[in-house]
Amino acid sequence: MNAPVPHQTLVTPEKPKALASGQFKVTARGVDVYYGDKQAIKSLSIDIPDRSVSAFIGPSGCGKSTFLRCINRMNDTIPTCRVTGLIDVDKHDIYDPKIDVVQLRAKVGMVFQKPNPFPKSIYENVAYGPRIHGLAAGKTELDTIVEQSLRKAGLWEEAKDRLAQPGTGLSGGQQQRLCIARAIAVNPEVILMDEPCSALDPIATARIEELIDELRQNYCIVIVTHSMQQAARVSQLTAFFHLGTLVEYGDTDEMFTAPQEKRTQDYITGRFG
Amino acid sequence: MTDHTVKSYDDDLSQLKTMLAQMGGLVEQQLDDAIDALTRRDTALADRVIQIDERVDVLEHQIEEKAILTIARRQPVARDLREIMVAIRVSSDLERIGDLAKNTAKRTHALSDQLPRKLMAGVTRMGRLAQVELKNILDAYSHSDAGMAMEVWRSDEELDALYNSIFRELLTYMMEDPRNISLCTHLLFGAKNMERIGDHATNIAENIHYLVHGKPLGEGRPKKDVTAAMRIDLEGSEDR
Repeated sequence: MNAPVPHQTLVTPEKPKALASGQFKVTARGVDVYYGDKQAIKSLSIDIPDRSVSAFIGPSGCGKSTFLRCINRMNDTIPTCRVTGLIDVDKHDIYDPKIDVVQLRAKVGMVFQKPNPFPKSIYENVAYGPRIHGLAAGKTELDTIVEQSLRKAGLWEEAKDRLAQPGTGLSGGQQQRLCIARAIAVNPEVILMDEPCSALDPIATARIEELIDELRQNYCIVIVTHSMQQAARVSQLTAFFHLGTLVEYGDTDEMFTAPQEKRTQDYITGRFG
Repeated sequence: MTDHTVKSYDDDLSQLKTMLAQMGGLVEQQLDDAIDALTRRDTALADRVIQIDERVDVLEHQIEEKAILTIARRQPVARDLREIMVAIRVSSDLERIGDLAKNTAKRTHALSDQLPRKLMAGVTRMGRLAQVELKNILDAYSHSDAGMAMEVWRSDEELDALYNSIFRELLTYMMEDPRNISLCTHLLFGAKNMERIGDHATNIAENIHYLVHGKPLGEGRPKKDVTAAMRIDLEGSEDR
């Protein structure tokens, strides 16, 4: 029953509305990921369009976070992890040995489950990236980048009078928005979010979701979430992972009203046994 | 379908289904009694139909409340969500069918005993057809059987065709003798009620299709009720 479904039946570009419109920012073909002997992802293929939010859902251990971390080679930091197959960002193979991983991670930013600001001031948290990437010519320019990033992350009004104070002194929701500002500051094109709201209260969650919706205008956003309702609220496309395979990927509207695959239906309706 | 991990969610959904089965049973009885009452001019039976209608209305409210509560508590998606939306819609169609049966039963009081038997026959026949349609659609709903629902959906043509001929027949009687007008008008409304009941059954059929397939039924149902544009002039020649 759990036989992998060939991706051709899932990603039909003429079907999902969100796929039919935009350009594909991230494409993967036949990706396998192993942690030592254990295969975490099996022959995964997907096309992720630009300027939209794609949500990855699935039970724990299904490979959704693993695949997310492949998109900016975060898995390189795990010694036993091995990735094969093709992952392109803007049609460039990101596993090409010639690629500069630091540049890649600036272009493909990431926000984690637990807010993890640097133990530095709010200003420094945002300014650090642009400074090491040489994005600002001087202090004024850096100030502008910091302000713009904090504004885009919806944190400027709350933080402008306390820029010199430590980022760790902010509330959980503010810290998460600071991390988003930090990711935005280096001009990324793709933003990966790994359960960005799971440590936040409903109000802080709503503010992040509102922010995600605004950021969608300019970025390709991929979010991993355990909250099905969150996937339904923020995303245009939803991908359902199970046991290391991509079971179904399509318009969020359709996934939550009439999914094609029984496994998707069972999972989102809370029937997984 | 497999059970939810949260058992009480299954209870919520099965309670909803049970309430609808109850409502369906009551409405079926209303329709049976209404047709019997009309055929036999049994005013006591007619009054019972009217009484049952209160219980039908109460059930409709209870179903709606249960559905709203389930949506609020469970945030249903996919098939579960369709199940609940369809329950709300089906209950409202059933409530309307109950009203139409009640309205038909009420007319028993207005029909005199001298009513010619053959005048009655057509309306009774429509009633029987509507009964079968209602019974089949309730079965299709309780089994979530979209194929069976589509059969009912198609069979409604027959009821429409019968209504057209009864409409014509009753008009002819009225033209023959103006004293028939009062009786025939009541019968005409009765026939129209049966035709409407068929339409509500097809609504339910469309909802069952949506429930099972997740997509609304694309094609439009062939409407065969042409009485809205039917004209019969005094010379007896027909013109549409």
